[in-house]
Amino acid sequence: MKNNSIRKTLEKESAAGIVCTLPFTLGILLFILVPMGISLYYSLCDYNILSPPTFVGLDNYVEMFSDETFFKAIGVTFFYALISVPLRLVFALIVAMLLLRTTRITGFYRAAYYLPSIIGGSVAVSILWRRMFAVDGVVNNLLGLIGIDTRFAWLGDTRTAIWTLILLAVWQFGSSMLIFLSSLKQIPTTLYEAARVDGASRPYQFFHITLPLLTPTIFFNLVMQMIQGFLAFTQSYIITQGKPMNSTLFYTVYMYKQSFEFKHTGYGAALAWVMLVIVGIITWILFATKRFWVYEDGV
Amino acid sequence: MKKKQLLQKIVYHVVVCGIGLLMIYPLVWMIMSSFKPTDTIFTTAQSLIPETFTLENYVNGWKGFGKVGFGTFFLNSGFISVMATIGTVASSSIVAYGLSRCKFPGRRILFVFMLVSMMLPAQVLMIPQYLWYQKLGWVGTYLPLIVPFFFATQGFFVYLITNFIDGIPRDLDEAAKIDGCSYYMIFFRIILPLIVPALVTVCIFSFIWRWDDFLSALLYINESARYPVSLALKLFSDPASSSDYGAMFAMSTLSILPAMLIFIFFQKFLVEGISTSGLKG
Repeated sequence: MKNNSIRKTLEKESAAGIVCTLPFTLGILLFILVPMGISLYYSLCDYNILSPPTFVGLDNYVEMFSDETFFKAIGVTFFYALISVPLRLVFALIVAMLLLRTTRITGFYRAAYYLPSIIGGSVAVSILWRRMFAVDGVVNNLLGLIGIDTRFAWLGDTRTAIWTLILLAVWQFGSSMLIFLSSLKQIPTTLYEAARVDGASRPYQFFHITLPLLTPTIFFNLVMQMIQGFLAFTQSYIITQGKPMNSTLFYTVYMYKQSFEFKHTGYGAALAWVMLVIVGIITWILFATKRFWVYEDGV
Repeated sequence: MKKKQLLQKIVYHVVVCGIGLLMIYPLVWMIMSSFKPTDTIFTTAQSLIPETFTLENYVNGWKGFGKVGFGTFFLNSGFISVMATIGTVASSSIVAYGLSRCKFPGRRILFVFMLVSMMLPAQVLMIPQYLWYQKLGWVGTYLPLIVPFFFATQGFFVYLITNFIDGIPRDLDEAAKIDGCSYYMIFFRIILPLIVPALVTVCIFSFIWRWDDFLSALLYINESARYPVSLALKLFSDPASSSDYGAMFAMSTLSILPAMLIFIFFQKFLVEGISTSGLKG
């Protein structure tokens, strides 16, 4: 009898909802909120993993203000994100416009453009990139073919190293391209027909029809990729290790080094919290500017 | 007029094809180099076709390092990726069902958390989670690489499936309810068979992401016999341990093979997954 009433309760709509979403509720608690709570405590401690933590208050946070490498890493990361993300989006949009015209081999083109995005995050590609831009790598070799004989160390120069990483990011424009392609296809052709009747030129159509209607897609891409760009890790860690002279030291790599290589884990936890705040602020700024340039009335 | 159109067409294809070739050039170069004798890779870097075709690099690379062969690394990666993917699909689909079809207290908060977890990348949680798993005694095991995925921690996938379920007419649920189906039976008998396409997309992305995952392996796995491919490749390629570039390229090529095969056979799902939900490849 008692069993039956438990069953009855469990079969109610609200109970079913709670039971079904239980994994997620537990997941948030166990793998997001609890770790964050613990790290908040450790960020207030002097802690090196090996010996027990000692509470030091805000010392770790204060230390950042006199840590030149911290500011360097922030600068590098902003530079990387602010250049690579817009470049990638512009490139993705241009190619999406090109591929809008359907021919028999559009499928092949789309695949070729998209392939780098699928494997771009892998260690294999990072290794490949490192070898391509080495002194005896394929880039210098190809430049030699067109008559520019160079033994330039792309990864060893503070001016060029970061650009090889930016190039790697732009190379992976495929998924943004696909998203643009599908939104471009949703723009009703009647709009363009009407514009043509009124004698609007191609560029005019682009800036007054296509672009405004794409702004929600651009916004979505911008937010997600800015966050991703700000937190890139593998590329910098494998290709350059932050060298030369910290010119490619991404924030996440610095955080990793502080926490695990220098065993300065309390400080690393504080760095993680500062990063979370920075990413939060960036996201907030993007959302705050939304009403000025994102066109949301739909078609 | 006809001539002009033809010219336009040719220019279009030359441009698009040219950029396309440029895009895949690095990959083709890597794959081709893996078949060249290792001492000729950089002296003949400008030509794609190997003068002498050899499989030696694959044989040498497969031996791995530290007495552990790449076969082991591939098995490790396969195990981790498959387990994490099973967890992701199972948990994300039931959570998505609950969010989409049931009204219950706390639903709105969970929605907000889902969106936040979509925007909260793993790197932010790298140190917090490490400290927590260390307390749990999970460091050095596969648990941190697998268990969290059984709790629908990737908001993206929950979001994708929720949207998919929202698109299924509720009439089906209502009819089943009248026939005496409970909410749980409705999920297993009606919703689950209908969301298979979305689940395939989730499987594909989850598998590729887990296979490529480097950061968590770097943090938690410290015994070479347990390395996944990504981590093994990184150590294999460290200048200190090896200068056999042929073997390095051969193993790199093998490591991207699963993603390439998925790309070839499941392109439709990949393209749809990205176009409809903005998943990043």
